[in-house]
Amino acid sequence: MSGTSAWHAFTALLRRDLVLAFRRRTEMFQPLIFLLVVVSLFPLGVGPSPQLLASIAPGVIWIAALLATVLSLDTLFRSDFEDGTLEQFVVSGHPLTAIAFAKILAHWMVAGVPLVLMTPLLSLWMNLSVDGMVVMLVTLVLGTPVLSLVGSIGGALTVSLKRGGQLLSLLVFPLYVPLLIVATNAVSAAVAGLPYTGQLGLMVAGLIAALTLAPFATAAALKLSLE
Amino acid sequence: MNPIMKFIHLMGSPPWFYQFSGRLIPWLWGLFVVLAACGLYLGLVKAPPDYLQGESARIMYIHVPSAWMSMMIYALMAVMGFVGLVWHVRIAEILAISSAPIGALFTAVALASGSLWGRPTWGTYWVWDARLTSELVLLFLYLGVIGLYSAFDEPRKAARAASLLALVGLVNLPIIHYSVTWWNTLHQGSSIGASGSSIHPSMLWPLLIMALATKFYYAANLLSRARIRLIEQDQRKNWVRELLQEGTA
Amino acid sequence: MSHTPFILAAYGVATLLLLWGALAPVLRARKLKSEIRARLERTGD
Repeated sequence: MSGTSAWHAFTALLRRDLVLAFRRRTEMFQPLIFLLVVVSLFPLGVGPSPQLLASIAPGVIWIAALLATVLSLDTLFRSDFEDGTLEQFVVSGHPLTAIAFAKILAHWMVAGVPLVLMTPLLSLWMNLSVDGMVVMLVTLVLGTPVLSLVGSIGGALTVSLKRGGQLLSLLVFPLYVPLLIVATNAVSAAVAGLPYTGQLGLMVAGLIAALTLAPFATAAALKLSLE
Repeated sequence: MNPIMKFIHLMGSPPWFYQFSGRLIPWLWGLFVVLAACGLYLGLVKAPPDYLQGESARIMYIHVPSAWMSMMIYALMAVMGFVGLVWHVRIAEILAISSAPIGALFTAVALASGSLWGRPTWGTYWVWDARLTSELVLLFLYLGVIGLYSAFDEPRKAARAASLLALVGLVNLPIIHYSVTWWNTLHQGSSIGASGSSIHPSMLWPLLIMALATKFYYAANLLSRARIRLIEQDQRKNWVRELLQEGTA
Repeated sequence: MSHTPFILAAYGVATLLLLWGALAPVLRARKLKSEIRARLERTGD
């Protein structure tokens, strides 16, 4: 009984969030434009040498992805918190974890998936080889959900603060360190022609761990913020 | 009631905790000073210079205990935060959040001493070595906890949010540590560790004594920080009023 | 290269930081107590 009600709340909320995001398209595109601008600054800053760009490409694209995600995380729960919707969710009696999970999934579909779709263009700019690009795509497919999942904990903790945005990056970036290390290493290994399945395996493990743990932490943080 | 349960029960009472910790603190400081003096004497005067690293190995006696403390305090902070979150124990919340600045301090000491050890050993103040890099990430984690705590107006809500963040950080800490170590071996090959695999007893003793001394420093400092938070939060309660009026009389 | 300056600097920095960490709560307690006492005398509350 409660299982079906949780599922119902989950799908309803997911649909609502996607519709809302689609209505605010310009807002949705801002982190993506930010991503493009940040990556395009690197050739200007370090010089256009193709070898140099290719060697720093995995790190640059991944760091730009982290920055773009954190930029969109601040708005993840904010509007629902400010207009009281979040409180209604809690009062409604649906499990908060399911609600948090729906919000996270919507965030990934709105912020994470477009980021993955940008990879070919970014790889082209950064002179990444085709092998590198393919692995970059795979790491982003596996890694962007983790960014949304882990980041949502920070978003939920800072939602009741007036200026949570700057703090959010301080809270979340250290938690992203392992992901950044493993993902960029997989891409670099692929470019160098070395095996990279081990790194991808670690990323799958990380994704599963984040999927099972993060929604609970986010729900706890939301409850705390609403106290 | 058995004595242990009675003790835990008493710890939950703010006036009792305040009195008890006030009596304990001077002893803890005293033990710290004695142990630190012994450890420094043994480490800086008695112990021989390391045959590989020479005199600079003496930095180890402050660097290694600080690095140990930085990790131990983080774990303790998260555990006390967990107790506070789950059972709503206010003393645990206060102890958790009071641990954060001390842990950050030890992390800073570990970073500074590690970097000063690196100059004569590696020829540069900063190397992206596994140990230094994980300490740096740990410092960021501490700063996040402190920053989150100070961003809230309501102290109990702040402590609970910071505790939750500390718990998330604790789950991540081993992952960060292993990923950084792994990353380091890939990029740098092997570097000389801060401590050799086999360590001579004349160097081990000062290290252990210093490690023990830093624990007393933490305990004393933690209690004095917790006492302030307690009277700050309870400043309109009777026991604080009575306490302070007694003091002036 | 002599290692002594580095050893002294490392212990110096550590002493300063730990001393500051130990003194900060003492100073804070003194300030807080006098603030609360002042309020108590002013308002009796």
